[in-house]
Amino acid sequence: MSLIRLQNIRRQYTMGAETIHALRDVSLEIERGEYVAIMGPSGSGKSTLMNLLGCLDTPSAGVYELNGQNVSEMDDNQLAEIRNREIGFVFQTFNLLPRSNALRNVELPLIYSGVDADERKQMALDALTSVGLGDRIHHKPNEMSGGQRQRVAIARALVNRPSIILADEPTGNLDSRTGEEIMALLKALSQKGNTIFVVTHEEEVARHARRIIRIRDGLIASDEPTPPGS
Amino acid sequence: MSEPADKPFAVGRGSSRARSWRVFQAELAESFFMAFGALVAHKLRSALTLLGVLVGVFSIIVVMTAMRAMQHQIESDLSSLSSQTFMVQKWPAVHFGGPGGEEKYRRRKDLTLPQGLAVMRKATLAQAVGVEAQFPGGEMISQYGKAPPNMTLQGETPGSFAAQNWVLQDGRILQDVEVEGAHDVCVLAAGLRKELFPFGSPVGEKVKFNGITFTVVGVLEPKGAMEGGNQDNFAIIPITTALNRYGNLQQNITIAVLAPSRDQYEETVDQVRGILRTLRKVEPGADDDFEIFSGESILSQINAFTWAVRIGITAISSIALLAAGIGIMNIMLVSVTERTREIGIRRAIGAKKRNIMAQFIMEAVMLCELGGLLGVVVGIIAGNLAAHAMHLSAVIPFDWVFLGLFICSLVGVVFGTYPAYKAANLDPIESLRYE
Amino acid sequence: MYLIREISEGLGIAWDAIRANKLRSFLTTLGIVIGIVTVTLMATAINGLNGAFHKSVSVIGADMLFVSRTSWFVNSQAEWLKSMRRREITLAQARQLQRELTLAQAVAPMVGINQTVTYQNHSSSSVQIVGSTEEFINTSGAGIAEGRFISAGEAEGGRPVCVIGMDVATNLFAFESPLGKRIKVGPRVLEVIGVLGRQGSFLGLASLDNQVVIPVQQFMIGYLRNPDFMIKIKAIAPDQLEEAKEELRGAMRKIRHLAPGDPDDFAINQQDMFVTMFNSVAGTIAAVGLLITGLSLFVGGIGIMNIMFVSVAERTREIGVRKAIGAKRRTILLQFLIEAATICLLGGLVGLGITWVLTLGLKRVMPVNMSLGVMGLALLVSLLTGVISGFLPAWRAARMNPVEALRNE
Repeated sequence: MSLIRLQNIRRQYTMGAETIHALRDVSLEIERGEYVAIMGPSGSGKSTLMNLLGCLDTPSAGVYELNGQNVSEMDDNQLAEIRNREIGFVFQTFNLLPRSNALRNVELPLIYSGVDADERKQMALDALTSVGLGDRIHHKPNEMSGGQRQRVAIARALVNRPSIILADEPTGNLDSRTGEEIMALLKALSQKGNTIFVVTHEEEVARHARRIIRIRDGLIASDEPTPPGS
Repeated sequence: MSEPADKPFAVGRGSSRARSWRVFQAELAESFFMAFGALVAHKLRSALTLLGVLVGVFSIIVVMTAMRAMQHQIESDLSSLSSQTFMVQKWPAVHFGGPGGEEKYRRRKDLTLPQGLAVMRKATLAQAVGVEAQFPGGEMISQYGKAPPNMTLQGETPGSFAAQNWVLQDGRILQDVEVEGAHDVCVLAAGLRKELFPFGSPVGEKVKFNGITFTVVGVLEPKGAMEGGNQDNFAIIPITTALNRYGNLQQNITIAVLAPSRDQYEETVDQVRGILRTLRKVEPGADDDFEIFSGESILSQINAFTWAVRIGITAISSIALLAAGIGIMNIMLVSVTERTREIGIRRAIGAKKRNIMAQFIMEAVMLCELGGLLGVVVGIIAGNLAAHAMHLSAVIPFDWVFLGLFICSLVGVVFGTYPAYKAANLDPIESLRYE
Repeated sequence: MYLIREISEGLGIAWDAIRANKLRSFLTTLGIVIGIVTVTLMATAINGLNGAFHKSVSVIGADMLFVSRTSWFVNSQAEWLKSMRRREITLAQARQLQRELTLAQAVAPMVGINQTVTYQNHSSSSVQIVGSTEEFINTSGAGIAEGRFISAGEAEGGRPVCVIGMDVATNLFAFESPLGKRIKVGPRVLEVIGVLGRQGSFLGLASLDNQVVIPVQQFMIGYLRNPDFMIKIKAIAPDQLEEAKEELRGAMRKIRHLAPGDPDDFAINQQDMFVTMFNSVAGTIAAVGLLITGLSLFVGGIGIMNIMFVSVAERTREIGVRKAIGAKRRTILLQFLIEAATICLLGGLVGLGITWVLTLGLKRVMPVNMSLGVMGLALLVSLLTGVISGFLPAWRAARMNPVEALRNE
């Protein structure tokens, strides 16, 4: 069984009198452990696709099955729980809580899933160690570099052992060297069996993935494995 | 590096009930922690918001403290009457009425000493009966000092001591033989002892009142801790002595009766009423031509009279709290807008709407409670300062403290709900994008 | 000229800011509205009570003196006991007083009792029956509405006649003239010879129209044999009240045979005593009332200060831009002060409107008086609230470093 199955997904928004078709008819299957890049120019619908995949949004029509659960008809609370358990977000702008230190930022998803305080701390510590920040757990976001912040964000995405990790332009706010480091980290996670999506408009970033899906005008323009050697 | 894929998925996901309780606890703790963090992060803003609540609660507590102090004063003034004692006299104790109403009481026959003595003999249910006549003060001197001019002289019988709840500090009470023989003896209240005999026991000493010498046979315990009141400024002499020397035997007197127990109170009242109606030849069906009242009945009359005043003041004071509540709502709305992104992050990570609601309501309640606590403290201090200025003893109105704090939480919940609702219903996608 | 332009510019910016954050402005204004409404309502109520009191107490007459055994205001139990033991004031003393006083226009002995008055099947209970002389009408503010008053001869002779108050007249005689009718006053039957003009009530307690005046001798025969009298004296002129009082005191002491040095065994009462008493009580009530309601306004002011601080923080960049293009400190200060003051003034106006409506409702239950003075003061107070609570935030804005302000995100 596929980890993710999208079937004839449509998503439209009404803005005033106008209806915008962000996604027209998208069908897609992703297996556990895949490393997928989603590409497309701005306005192509890739952000909408990512929001749908991340269960921040629900489709206007079509079926989305994640890990055997039909997500497309869930209510707000159920979606929150799915996001908490099944999905780890990594954002372009890191989106850490500025007043909380690294440890508390990573603990946050565990708080919402009701893990005991001791266990929570241990899990957060493990996740931070796994991204190489075991010695910075008490630093606040503004005391860390961009790369370190993104590592904290990745640790936060990992900590609840989600089914998929969704990274939205993870290197967009980083210099190229730090960007490479982050991509290497994602690759390592992928090799350990995590399912990873990277949404990007940079070919270079996309090439780290093993499968590239290109979106244009709300449709899948192409879906193929990354050309070897590139 | 950990090995996430190898570990089971079941970590931290035990039985569903235990889990939901744990989630609730963790959410609560998280809300509390975040609310506190937010308050600390905006110190000036929190301080000003807090000040609003502080003032609101202060205005309630200060008024209630001052009023409670006054009420305590009244109660302690009346506390000389135990709950089993009632008084009988011609005039009512409290009379709110037009000028014409007074005539009704003036026209009544005086309550006389023979009637009082008859009650003493016939009221078999009463544990003690005292007969009292009060006289305006004069000059009372001892060889050591002089009593304050606002003192009163009270003619009494031995039964008065039990009925009026007077406790001896020293010496003995009046005796029947002294009343029968109209002896020149007296018992001093504690206030007079301080003035007349500052050193040593007055028992056996002499005092002079308007030129007549009395032998002191006893001294009363001080009543309450009141200072400055004139409650303890009286001297007790046999009622016969008093009437002979300063009045006449047909003069108006007051009867104090002590019922043997709370249960027999009503029966005792009825018996005394019957005796007096017969003595005073009140026709069956006619109203009593005397008044029977107790400390409690006076208190309830006063309370009924001041009830409207208290309600009014409470209502007016609460308005400040309303204004504070609006201030809280306003600042919470600002806070929600400023923290849109934080809300987005939390929602993306798996926070439910109710988690966000709880967090912001908790923040509002914390603000209110903190302000409320400070307001209570300042209010009690100021209220007691006012009480002190009015020579009343200090009180802490615990019921109002708790009520005040409860109202604070209520204000927090009421005025925090709309901003919290707004926060919880923000679109997560939009708020993640918010700058 | 320059300042005026700055102020009008400031007003424009303030108005934009208020409109940009409608909910916020609404709530801030609401805080001030609540404060202004409570303070104004309290002031209005106190004003009204004052007016009602002075109107009511004027029934007594500023040129009147009242001699009685006890003072109207007894301060202690001891004083009460003392005065209750004084000798009664008799009719003979009153007559003697009448002869001796030169500064009195009229001297009327009075004694009262409550009785039920009946005519045919109409009756009025607890009517004040007053025994007095022909002088009564000269000491009372009421005139005669119908018929005539008791004559000297009737008063002395104790004729069975009476003059009734307006309420008694309307209660007993719905459709006919009371004159010449015989009414039952308590145990006795008396002929109505006159009706007193309407007087109103005293402090809302006792209606002065619910009384029946009868000859003093009739009173002593029919109701109380040896009553304790009160003597009502009208001075020849209000500005000679003090002299009249001194003369009265001397005459009373002589009549009651007091030795020099003895304390007075009677009391002389006058309207002033009520006014003094009332003023001390009303002053306390006003102080406490305005203090408590002022707290609401204070809280509203805090709300404004808080929101202005937020506003300044939010508009740091705007302030930076303004400073960069040459706005002076004063301009920025003025801008934010005007914003705070505008909100408060708006709140004050709305508050006054609400108070006005509430006053209309309150008029039914209590005397209220919303004077122009109170309204002007309320607006001034709201303006001041705005300026005071807006000052600190405006000061912070004015002192901002333009470079840092521009860098602010």
